[in-house]
Amino acid sequence: MIKFEKLHKSYPIGKKDFLHVLKGIDLHIKEGEFVSIMGSSGSGKSTLLNIVGLLDHHDEGNYFLNGQKIQKLNESKAAVLRNKFLGFVFQSFNLISYKTALENVALPLYYQGVKRKERQKIALEYLEKVGLKDWASHHPNELSGGQKQRVAIARALVAKPKVILADEPTGALDSVTSDSVMNLLKEINKEGMTVFVITHEEEIAAQTQRIVRLKDGIIISDELTKNK
Amino acid sequence: MFKFIFDRDTWQEIYGSIRKNKLRTAITIIGVMWGIFLLVVLLGAARGVENNFNKIFGNFATNSVFVWSQQTGKAFKGYQKGRNVQLKQADVYAITKNIKGIEKVVPRNLTDSQIVRGLKVVSSGIYGDYPTLNEVQKKNMVYGRFINQNDILDRKKVCVIKSDLYKQLFEEDENPIGQYIKINNISYQVVGMYEEKFGSGGPNGDVHIPFTTFQQTYNMGDNIGWMMITGKSEFNIIQIEADIKLLLKTIHKVHPDDSRAFGSFNLGNEIKKITGFLIGMQFLTWFVGIATLIAGVFAIGNILLITVKERTKEIGIRRAIGARPIEIKRQIVLESVFLTTIAGSLGIIFGGLVLMLIDTFAGHGDNATLTNPTVNIPVVMFAYVMLVTLGTLVGLIPASIATSIKPIEALSDE
Repeated sequence: MIKFEKLHKSYPIGKKDFLHVLKGIDLHIKEGEFVSIMGSSGSGKSTLLNIVGLLDHHDEGNYFLNGQKIQKLNESKAAVLRNKFLGFVFQSFNLISYKTALENVALPLYYQGVKRKERQKIALEYLEKVGLKDWASHHPNELSGGQKQRVAIARALVAKPKVILADEPTGALDSVTSDSVMNLLKEINKEGMTVFVITHEEEIAAQTQRIVRLKDGIIISDELTKNK
Repeated sequence: MFKFIFDRDTWQEIYGSIRKNKLRTAITIIGVMWGIFLLVVLLGAARGVENNFNKIFGNFATNSVFVWSQQTGKAFKGYQKGRNVQLKQADVYAITKNIKGIEKVVPRNLTDSQIVRGLKVVSSGIYGDYPTLNEVQKKNMVYGRFINQNDILDRKKVCVIKSDLYKQLFEEDENPIGQYIKINNISYQVVGMYEEKFGSGGPNGDVHIPFTTFQQTYNMGDNIGWMMITGKSEFNIIQIEADIKLLLKTIHKVHPDDSRAFGSFNLGNEIKKITGFLIGMQFLTWFVGIATLIAGVFAIGNILLITVKERTKEIGIRRAIGARPIEIKRQIVLESVFLTTIAGSLGIIFGGLVLMLIDTFAGHGDNATLTNPTVNIPVVMFAYVMLVTLGTLVGLIPASIATSIKPIEALSDE
C-alpha cells in the first residue's frame, strides 16, 4: 500500500544550508496494517507523514502509493489522489468551524462531485458509525474534544480511502477519550482499512500492530507488537 | 462551470464567509456602490444639462451665423469713414454662388408696427421672411403652416403669428386660421401660429409675413435687414463667416481690415463652446465615476485578501481532504464577483432613484434645471460589465495567494 525506497528530504535553512530531515527511509506498509510511527520531536515523523499524505514532496528515493509511483505531482493531481486514497485525522481536529458536523463530514464528497442529498445520506451513515448521529446538526464548538476527533475520523472515512493518516490523533485528548478514539481506529482497521498513526506516546503505539521507531531521520527499529 | 454557479453549496460557502465578516463586507459594498452610484447620477445629470441645451438650441441649425450691416470704420476708395452700408438682395446670390460650404442663405427684414384685431391693439416687430427660415429655425406650428413659396410669388397678404401675440389677440383655444388682423392698417389673413419657448436671439417680433410682401409694403426695394447663413456640417462655420465678410467687403467697397462695417453673430461657434463644455463634463463624470469604481473594487479585493489570510488554515484543510486549487480559486473569484454585482446593482438602483427624484422635482417645465436626466441602458450595462470584470480580476489576486500557500504550511498555521 505504502512503499518507501531510500527516501530523503531536506529543508533549506537560510540561503545555503540545508536541514537533512529524512536520511534514507525504507519502509513497506501492506494493506490492512495498523502501523504507528514513534519518535521524539525532530525525529522526522511529521515530515514523513506529510510526504505520505502528499502534502509535501520528497527529494530523493521512491514513494509508491497503492502501487503508483509518486513524483512531481502538481497540486490538482495531488488533491485528487488525496481525496481518493487518503483520509486525514489531525491532532487539532481541523474541522471547519462554521459548518455543522454533518457538513464537515460531507465535505470530501462535495469535492468528489457527489450530489447533495446523496452526500448527506452517506455522511450521516458515517456519523452513526462513530456514534454521533444525534450531533449531526451541531457546530464543532458545541462538541467535546473526543467528539470532534470522531467527526474528523468520520470525515476521513467518508470518501472510502485506502489509508487513514492520523497525526497525533490523541494529542489533545485526555486518556479516557484517547482510548475511545483508539478503539474506533482499531475497529476501522478490523474492517480492513490501513491505518497509519504518528505518535510520541508509548501507550498509543502499544495499541497498534506494528511500531516503527524513528530517530534523527532514520528508522532505528521496526517490530510487530503482540496485538498482531 | 455553470453547474458550479448554480450549485446550492457554492452559495452556502459564500454566505458562510460573508456572515463571518459582516461589517467589513458591508463597508466594501458601500464603497463600490458609491462608485457606480456617482457614475449613474453624474451621467444622468450631465445628460440633463445636455438635454437642456438641446431644448434651447435643438430647433436651430447649429452650424449658422447671422450677418448684418453697420457703418464703416475706415475710409476706403474715396468714401468717408462712417458711411452706412446696406445689405442687398444681390448679396444673397453672391454669397450662395461664391462661398464654399454654404447650405442656405436666408435674408430677413424687420420693422415695428401696430397690430389691430377688433378692439385689441398690440405693438410688435414684423418680419419679412422666406419659407427657408422654417428650415434653419424650425417653427413649432400649433395651427396652420409657415409661409410658403406661393405666398412669396404672389406677395400674398398673409401672416404667421407667434403664440405670444395669439394670446393677446385671440380667445383661448380659438382657431386663428382664416382670421384677419390689421398690420399698419392693412389686413392680413392668419395662416399659421407657432409656439416658441426660447428667444431665437437677435431682433424680436411676433409676426412673419412673406418677404416679398414686406419689401413691397414697406418700400424696401432690394434692401435686406440681415441674413441668416447656415453651413454644411463638414465645413467650419468660422471660416465661412470670414469668407462671407470678405466677400461683402469687396462688393460694398469696404476696407478689408474694417471690422465695423459688418456685424455678425456666430451661433455655431457659441454652441461649439457649450458642446465642448458638455463633453468635458461627461469626461469628468466618467473619470470620477470609474476612478471611484476602481477604488471600490480594490477595496473588495482587499477584504477578500484579509479573508483569505484568515482562512488560510481552512483552505489547508479543504486541500487536505481533496479540494483542487481551481475549486478554491473559483470560489474566491465568485465571491468577489458576487459582492461587486450586489454592490453594483444597489448603486444603479439608488442612482436611478435619485435621478427619478431629480426628474420629478426639477426635470420638467420651461425652467427645468435638468431636463429628463437619464442614463442609457448600454452605458449602465457597460459599467456593469466593467464592474464584474474588475471584480473577477481583483478576485484573482487573493485567489492565487490562497492557492500559492502549500497545504502543509496552511495546516500548520495556528
